[in-house]
Parts: sequence; C-alpha cells; structure tokens
Amino acid sequence: MQMYEAGQIYDLPDSKGHFGPYGGVFVAETLMYALDELRREYLRLRDDAEFQREFQYELKHYVGRPSPVYHARRLSEHLGGAQIWLKREDLNHTGAHKINNTIGQSLVARRMGKKRVIAETGAGQHGVASATVAARYGMECVVYMGLEDIKRQASNVYRMKLLGATVVPVESGSRTLKDALNEAMRDWVTNVESTFYIIGTVAGPHPYPMMVRDFNAVVGRELLVQMPEVIGRQPDAVLACVGGGSNAMGVFHPYIAERGVRLIGVEAAGEGLGTGHHAATLCAGRPGVLHGNRTYLLQDEDGQIIETHSISAGLDYPGVGPEHAWLKDSGRAEYVAASDDEALQAFHTLCRMEGIMPALESSHALAHAMKIAPGMRPDQVLLVNLSGRGDKDMHTVANASGITL
Amino acid sequence: MSRIPSTFEALQGKGRKALIPFITAGDPSLAHTVSLMHALVEAGADIIELGVPFSDPMADGPAIQRSSERALRKHTSLRGVLEAVRTFRSKDDATPVVLMGYANPIEAMGVERFAQSAADAGVDGVLVVDYPPEEGSGLSQALKARDIDSIYLLSPTSTESRIREVGRAASGYIYYVSLKGVTGAASLDLDEIARKLPAIKAHTGLPVGVGFGIRDAETARAVGKLSDAVVIGSRLVQEIEDSAPEQAVEKVRALVGGIRRAMDA
Repeated sequence: MQMYEAGQIYDLPDSKGHFGPYGGVFVAETLMYALDELRREYLRLRDDAEFQREFQYELKHYVGRPSPVYHARRLSEHLGGAQIWLKREDLNHTGAHKINNTIGQSLVARRMGKKRVIAETGAGQHGVASATVAARYGMECVVYMGLEDIKRQASNVYRMKLLGATVVPVESGSRTLKDALNEAMRDWVTNVESTFYIIGTVAGPHPYPMMVRDFNAVVGRELLVQMPEVIGRQPDAVLACVGGGSNAMGVFHPYIAERGVRLIGVEAAGEGLGTGHHAATLCAGRPGVLHGNRTYLLQDEDGQIIETHSISAGLDYPGVGPEHAWLKDSGRAEYVAASDDEALQAFHTLCRMEGIMPALESSHALAHAMKIAPGMRPDQVLLVNLSGRGDKDMHTVANASGITL
Repeated sequence: MSRIPSTFEALQGKGRKALIPFITAGDPSLAHTVSLMHALVEAGADIIELGVPFSDPMADGPAIQRSSERALRKHTSLRGVLEAVRTFRSKDDATPVVLMGYANPIEAMGVERFAQSAADAGVDGVLVVDYPPEEGSGLSQALKARDIDSIYLLSPTSTESRIREVGRAASGYIYYVSLKGVTGAASLDLDEIARKLPAIKAHTGLPVGVGFGIRDAETARAVGKLSDAVVIGSRLVQEIEDSAPEQAVEKVRALVGGIRRAMDA
C-alpha cells in the first residue's frame, strides 16, 4: 500500500488526532473534557517560546543532552559489513529516553496547575522517569504497575519509592502493562481536576501520541545535525525497537522527510512469531481499538486483547502507537521482529565488543542491525537508537543463562 | 422504531420512572443470563442493559471488571451474547434490550455485520463506552438503518456545546454518568444531578437515565425524582458475585424488586 506520496508534506495527526485511519479519541465521555483541555493547552505551549526554552534548558542541564553518537568500530569489523553507529540514549539521566517525555509532560502539568501526576509502567523505566521528575518539581506521584511486573522488576519498584512515589500494584486482567494503563485511566477519570496523567508511550487518546512524539523527537533532531558532522551525510537506515514505540517515533519523526533514509522498527518476536508467545503487534496483529486509539493490536477472533510475551518487559505490550500503524501502511517505515534469543545474543555481543551494556529493549534493534549489516557494504551506515542501558536487566539476563544472582 | 421510545411514553403515562438494571452477559454463564433477564423483568425492570464482556474495561470499577473476567473465562463472545438476546426474545418481545460494551469486539465482528446481527437478535439500543460521537458515527448510521438506538454518555464535565453535540448523535435515551469516576464508585451528588439534568433535557429532547454510583433503593428513589430513568449495575453484579450460581437469580430478583417498590412509593 503506497498512500504516502513523494513530496507530500507530513503534518499528521489531523486536528482530531488521526493518522490516516489510526489514532483518534476513543474514550468514555467522562474524559472528553480533560482531553480537550490538555489538547488546547499543549497546542498553545508547543508554540510558546518560553516553554520551549525551559524544556531545552532542562534537557541540557538535568538530562545531559545532547546524547553522543558513537561508532561501534569493533562490532562493525566483527560483522564485516555496514558500519554500526549508536545513539547513546543510555547515557541520559535515569538511563533511558523516557526522561525526555516525562520532563516535557511535567512542564505541561505545571503550567496547567496540576499538583499530582500519575503514570503507568511495565518494566518500571517510565515509572522511574515519572517519579524522578515529580521529585524534581515537587509533585505528588502515583505509579500503577501490574503485580507480575512488580515481581519481575523489584529494583525499579524500590527506585520509585526512594524517589518518593507511591507504587500501586494492579491485580486485574493479566496484571501487566496494559492493565496498569487501564488502572491509571480509572484514576484519572476519578481525579481529573487535580491530576495530570503522564502517559509513557506514543499511544493513548489524542493529543498523547503527538505530544509524546514531539518531546522524544529531540533525539532525531540531534541526529540530523550529528550524523553529517561525524560521517558527512545521513545514515542509510535508522533502527529502533518498538513496544509502544516512543523511542522509535522520537528518531523516526525528524527523518520522515529524509527520503534516502530507511526507517526500520524492530518488535519483540519473543519465542517466535509462530509460537503465539510474542509482542510483535505490527508484524502479526490487526487493527482495532484499545486504550483510547485505533491501531494494530494483538487480539483473538472475538476482539479480546491477548497476553503478550517478550523477555524485555518494556516491549511486552499488545498495542502500538497509531503513528507507527500509519507509517507501516504508508510504507515509509518497515517493521520486523527479533526473538528473545537474538536480543540476548546482541546484548552479550555489545557488552564484549564495545563495553556497553544495552537495555534488552534496545538489544532487539541491535539484533536486527547485526542481522543485516554483514550483507551490506563497509561504506554503508546503520544507526541504532540505543534507547536505554541494561543495568535493570541483570536478573533477567542471568536467569536466561541459568544463573541466580 | 425500537422498543425504547414507546417504553418511556407508557411509563410517562403512568407517572413512573424507568428502572434499568445492568448485568454482564455470561456471568456466571450465558444460560444464567437469560434466566436473570426474565427475573429482572418480573421484578420490575423496564429496560435491560446487557454488558458485553471485554478484556480491558477501562471505564469500569472492580465489580464489573471481575464480572467481565468471569464471563470471559466462560468464553463469552459477542456472538454468544447476541444468541442470549435471541433466546430471551422467544419469551419476551416487549422489554427493550440495550447492549453496553467496548468498541473492539464490535470492530472485530465488523460494524455492518454486528448491526445486522443485533437487529436479527432483537436488540433495541447499543452503548459503546469508548465511542464518543466523533468516532462512533459509522456504527450509529449502521444501527439507525435498522431502527436500533445509539445511546451516548454525558458527564458532569460535559459543556453545553458538548451536550448539544451528543444530543444530535443520540437516540433512545441519554445515559448521564452521575459522578467523576468509574462504575460502582463512591457516592453521587444529588445537587449536581438536579443542576445538570434540566440542561441535558432541554438540549437533547431525550429521556435521561442516571447511573454510576447508585447502590441502594433509597438513592434510586431520590435519583428517580430528578431523572427519567435509574440505572443500577455494579450493585447487581456484586450480588451475582456474592451468590452461588443457583441462587443468583432469586437474589437479584429480590434486590431489584426492593428498588422498584422504593421508586414507586
């Protein structure tokens, strides 16, 4: 399907939050006023120089931006093909790209006079990033987290508590990220006047997919400047892992207009696409409505959402941001999947070859780069968004190797 | 025309308010659902809202979430719910039935196919919680072509222009969510309802039912004095959870009967 013509100006979403047939506002009437208010306020702040100046200041002095771009020379030589470059989002404060978005949203919350923020979290990275900014700005913070994820991610739960946040265990449904999102929505609808909901990915009802993308797009904008500085041109392809899709959208969006650059999103194939135990929504799902937007979903034939599997909790989500759904259908971006085993192998390889320990999420993007690099020429360049660091994954990686820490 | 407008006209003639109980289809089983529906009518229900279970009921509180999970464990599908309505219709051709649920099971079946199956089964109205009028117009048109009403929600935060907009899309009745929160949440604010309802009636011209947070006969009676209809959901669903399956029908019959008597007193 080629719906996206060359030369066409890309300015999605439309005023109702649609990316072609995807996105939109699929929520109960009780949330319509709050979303309307947020949309109006965000559209105003988007063009407000003072707001943007404050956001940029925080990114520089609190997050440590710009993050460097790094040539993985030994890895590239080992693979014997394309050169692999890494965008080092793992070096950000709190160790991942998630902080770009939580800073942006908490600044919006402050302008709207909200004193309480809530968030959902799967692996705990967005929860930690939310708790961090709540501490930074003196706001109350409540994080919803599935009971299963709390068991898997004990150290992140403790980090959030150290930062002053309240972590609420979610016991409904599959007790994972999607249920935490349901519970956060229920809190928001109940406390809508005092509370700002910091959604952690490019999904949810309009304006969230647009707003979260805008805040993360700082990553791609930096690259547009950095890559010509280090290699004299833009890369041949940009690769990023896709769960909900916020780090991928952050690098893809500024590159959409750069027609020569392939955009490759890498989903979690878990134990394999054929096994049913995966989280590869765009590769294996079909369109539907969940969590306030229309997008690709992993669902059964009756339209019930099915449980997903990935070794990386951050990719373990049955939906995906609606803009990715649109980029897939339009053909501007391609989506593939890497398995648990491939991600683990990429994780170990980067540790040994470059002394960098990637998050298991980011390891999926790296795994695909390692798959295609050998078939490319040494003068070609693959840019991998290394969205987070792997310290949080010690226990998971050890378990996979049969080691108990 | 569906059975809903004539039901409200008949009630108005008698000076009574509509009692609309909600139960989740398939909880504790689809066979029980049909028995429960007949018991609800015998106990004084005027319209029945039948919940279509969904894996991610974002707008519902714990009681209805658990009830949806029980129904899904019994593999209750939208097709099965429609079959239950058809079975109910073989003995009751008068009581309006409204399906209430979320968009995805309907989209998975296909909007046109769902509308036709609902018409064939004898459904009178459909309320899709996560279809505001902007996103639900495709379904509304498909339903309208088959004389099925599209029920929409309004809330305490709905502005006057929003009330008009929803009023243009809605038919049958308006479901006014009486509090900020999810189904089954704390207590509701009668003063707020008294302030909001005249505006809703003026701008939509439709009967208004009030729900979310009505937990006993006393509150139902007070709300009934202000509105055209009273919706009771979480309290009934809780009663079903607390009862052994073979006792659920009688427990629900007693509970709804008590509410009916309070509303008519």
